[in-house]
This record gives sequence, C-alpha cells and structure tokens, in this order.
Amino acid sequence: MQERRRERLDRGVKVRSDTIYAVSSAKEILFLVGPGLALVTVLLILPLILPPYWQKVLTIAGVYALLAVSFGFLANFVGLVNLGGAMFVGVGGYISGVLNSTLGLPPLLTIPIASVTGALLCTLLLLPCLPLRGVYFAVVSFIYPLATVMIISATGVWGGTDGIAGLNVLPNVWVNQYVIILVVLACMFALTRLVNHADIGLVFRGVKDNELAIRASALNVTWYKAQAVFISAAMGCFGGAYLTHLYGWVGMSLFAMDFSILPLAATVVGGTSTIYGPLVGAFLLVPISESLRSFGTLRIVFYSVVMVFCVVFWTEGIMNYLRRRYEQFERWVRV
Amino acid sequence: MSAKLILEVRHVSKSFGGIKAINDVSFNLRQGQILGVIGPNGSGKTTLNNLITGFIKKDAGQIIFKGLDISKWPAYKIADAGLARTFQIMRPYPTLPVYKNLVPPLYSPRARRTARGKLGDRGAVAIDILEEVGFERDARVPYKLAGTLPLGYLKRLELCRCLALRPELIVCDEIFSGLSMSEIASMIPLMERLQDEGITLIMVEHRIKELFKLANKVLVLNFGEKIAEGDSSDIFNDEKVKRAYFGGETTYVFK
Ligand SMILES: Nc1ncnc2c1ncn2[C@@H]1O[C@H](COP(=O)(O)OP(=O)(O)OP(=O)(O)O)[C@@H](O)[C@H]1O
Ligand SMILES: [Mg+2]
Repeated sequence: MQERRRERLDRGVKVRSDTIYAVSSAKEILFLVGPGLALVTVLLILPLILPPYWQKVLTIAGVYALLAVSFGFLANFVGLVNLGGAMFVGVGGYISGVLNSTLGLPPLLTIPIASVTGALLCTLLLLPCLPLRGVYFAVVSFIYPLATVMIISATGVWGGTDGIAGLNVLPNVWVNQYVIILVVLACMFALTRLVNHADIGLVFRGVKDNELAIRASALNVTWYKAQAVFISAAMGCFGGAYLTHLYGWVGMSLFAMDFSILPLAATVVGGTSTIYGPLVGAFLLVPISESLRSFGTLRIVFYSVVMVFCVVFWTEGIMNYLRRRYEQFERWVRV
Repeated sequence: MSAKLILEVRHVSKSFGGIKAINDVSFNLRQGQILGVIGPNGSGKTTLNNLITGFIKKDAGQIIFKGLDISKWPAYKIADAGLARTFQIMRPYPTLPVYKNLVPPLYSPRARRTARGKLGDRGAVAIDILEEVGFERDARVPYKLAGTLPLGYLKRLELCRCLALRPELIVCDEIFSGLSMSEIASMIPLMERLQDEGITLIMVEHRIKELFKLANKVLVLNFGEKIAEGDSSDIFNDEKVKRAYFGGETTYVFK
C-alpha cells in the first residue's frame, strides 16, 4: 500500500535563523507587511461604504475590539485572565460622565482624563489581587464590577439606577467611527511592538511563562503586573468614556457582563498567540451577535456555543489558522 | 582568611509537612570563597538554596548578607542586593532566542545600577555575556531558540542569567550534573575566573571529585542537617560523611 504524508513548507521569506528574516526584495517586504496593511485598509474604508445602521454596529464593534485587545494582552502576554473587563469600562465611563456633568469639561478632555485616572484607580483596586495566580485572579476580578453595581444601586450615587443623562455627545457619525477605529489600530500596533520587540515586553512574557526566572532576575513581578494592568485598564477606561459620550448617558449597564465576556470569546475565536487575533475576533463576533439581536439575551447562548466549539475543536483560533496557511503551504508526498 | 564575611546563615530550619528538609543549619562564608555543598539525594541542598535566595520562607533562623538581615526579604530584592542563583531544573524562555533570555535580567534595576548608565543595547550586552561563558565556539548559538539548546549550554545560560546582574554571590544548584567530563573540564576554569573576579560561589554538586578541586570549604548535608564542614581533605576522611554516603540508610552511589 502506498502511504501518503502531508508536508508543510515555508513560503515567501527565507529565514536565516529561527528568529531572523532575510528580507531582500520589495516583494518579500510586502509578504511580511501585506496582511497588516490589508487589515488597516479594510477598517479605514468600511465607514465609507457601510449603510448607517451598520456604521453604528461598526462603532460598537470597535469598542469591543479595544476591550478584546486589552483582555488578550493581559491574558496571553502577562498571564492575567481578567474576567472583570466591565470594571474598566464602568470606571472610565463614570469618571468622564461625572467630569462632564459637574465641571462641564468637554469630551476632548474627559475621555483622556478618564482613561488615565480610571486606569490608575483600577490598577490600585486590583493591586491586592496581583499576587494571585490563574483562576484565583480571574474569580476576584470577576467580582469587582458586580460589587460596584451593587454599591451604586444601594447608595444611589451618580444618579443611582437612573445614571446621569444629558451629557455632551461626540460631534458626528464620522468622528464616532474613525476615533474608535484609529484608537484600536494604534493600540494594536503599539502592543504588538511592545510584546515582540520591547525589552519590557519580554519581561511581561516572562511573568506569564517563567515567573521564577523573573524573580531570580531581580525583577519585582507584582510591579510589572501592575504596569501591564495599567496599560490594559487605560484601554478599557477609554472604551467606557467613549461609550459615555457616544450615548450622552452613563449608567450601571456599563458594568454589564457583556463587556467582560465578549472580549474573552473574541480572544478564543480570534486566536490567543497574537495581539490582533482578539481584534479580528471582535470584529467578527459583534456583527454576528448584532444580526441575532431579535433573539434578545439568547445571544449569550450563541457566544457560549461559539466559544465551546472553538475551545474544543479549534483551539488555534482564526488568526493562527490563517497565519499558518499564509506562511506555509501543504502538499501530499508519497513515502 | 582576612576577607570579610559576605554571608552568615544562622540556625535556619524548614519543614514540609512532617519532613524536616533543613534542620538548624548554620555556616559562614567569606568574600571570594567557593563553598561546596554536598549530600545524598533529598538531603535538602536545593531547599537550602531556596531559603538563602528567598524563594521559600524559612520556619526559623536568620540570614545575613553583606551585614544586612535579608531573612524576610522577597526573592527579587535579595537578587537585587547581589545574591543570584541558578535553578537545578533550568528555567530558560524556550520560545525566545538565547540572547533574548538575558534581556529581563539586564532590564532589572540592579543591572542598570551596576552598569552606571552605559548599558547600551541589551541584546549586544547579552551576546558579550554569553561569549564570556563559552558560547563563542559556535557564533550561531546565541540566536537559536533557547528550547533547542543542549543541556551543557542550558546550564551555562543559567549562569549567564546570574552574571547579567553582576552579582557578588552566586548559588549554583548542580550546574555540573548531566554534563560530560570534557564539558565539566571546560566549566572549571570558568568558575575559577569568576572567583578571581571576586565573586563568591556556593556550589551544590553531586560531582564530588570536581567540586573538591574547586572548593575552599565543603559543607555536608544529610537529612537536612549539617553533618560536617571543613576543607576538602577533612571531609574526605570524616567518619560521619562516609557513613552518610555508604551507610545502610541511604542508597547513594559514590560516582
Ligand atoms: N516544595 C516541597 N514540598 C514538599 N516537600 C519538599 C519540597 N521541596 C523539597 N521537599 C522535600 O524536602 C527534602 C529535601 O529536598 P531537596 O530538593 O532540598 O533535596 P536535594 O538535596 O536538593 O536533592 P537532590 O540531590 O535530588 O537535588 C526532600 O525530602 C523533598 O522531598
Ligand atoms: Mg536539589
């Protein structure tokens, strides 16, 4: 009997050693940067061609993509699985809402202020849990948004269950879309560089995979976790502040579980070994979930099924799969 | 013997459940010395290393490093003070190229301090350190993924991670074990050079013959207790040590 075997070959760029590419022509450069360029182009063109309803969906998908990138960065490159992403959204949203309603600051100021101070606040709140590992950190972080909602509704602060309405809104639909898309792309590029090329990125990855070696290298693990949480929280708080000024309203729903769970699902679907995987996952999941809107909260079931499917049958996720197909080709050979 | 004391271990104990892994161990170490630590498997050598470097908490006792009581310090702070360690089970970053393995220690506050502001490109400094400990024989090795390295290089990489901190004392946990005779022979001059540079060494080893050539002083552990301490020839003739290695209770085979 003839046996056949599948063979995988690298295509495109030659690899000189395990980590160094030998780029020699424009074609090869295009091979390396092409996919990134395509992603950027598509996201920049979409607002121009989508019908108004889907423009809104795109805006929301952008917010979720930001949250997914923030979640994926912490989970995949620092080893902290944060199931309380809604905390970042809520804190950012309320800070900008309160600044806008009490001091009358414009969104141009409240959004950056909320991103930075909110991130500081969230980092301080999470500081006691940073020594916790794995599922313990996940569980504790999950409690934070739930507890905050209880506090707001029980004490009635910041408008209690009604929230604060009548806030300034962003000028128009173009600003809405392009602001969030540009911020998502900027975060994606900055984080990709950080985890792949920056020295501190290597420290973050060490914290995840090799904590003992990091401690033996005279590095304070908690301090680096705190820095990573700050980066992630700043993105989440930006998302919350942006939503506040998108709707001109801030309320308890910013602490809703969707903001914690969808980024997780997007990361699982998009693939866990890159920064852009979660981003692509979010831009796929949000529109699909939007078209299922008529099913109401049954949408959660949809996420769950997609997630379970990916976890069980397709652990590499979309982007890892596509990357593999892009970088290598397969053929059958006789043995 | 006029060099100043760099490390004082005073009545240190540690038990895991019912097992007394380290029981009331004390010793002193002077700057620039090499202390050999030997003992049968499970006698507590690695535990002693972990206790000195702060990776596990002691039940009792005190550790003084350069006159500072480091007993309650976290591991990273002890390393920051200049007390580095290697791991018996090596801890490389397997998916990173070898030289990038040294970027985290070079990123540490201690490395920046000791470089006095002229650290430059960390990748280049990393390559220099690797070459110092014998990676120069094959120029491609520093760029290979650490996960693909053979054992001998991994052991050296452990040592490099310590050297990146420019430490004053290094606790080496079995960096000779698993190496061939020729690999060990090439490591010995390296250890001697470190000693000449003024680095104090604690070497936990099973390879007694090679260790005794290097060590100024040897400490013997058995069942977590210090059963002997002295220079190599004293230890060789010590009755208790012979019993611990050949006696009925342990199954250790003298290599
Ligand atoms: N984390 C731990 N939990 C429970 N018991 C432990 C732990 N670490 C070590 N021990 C026990 O403490 C004793 C001493 O172990 P240790 O690893 O220090 O020995 P060792 O001298 O380094 O041995 P080897 O020569 O095999 O490396 C052993 O009985 C071991 O089983
Ligand atoms: Mg050991």
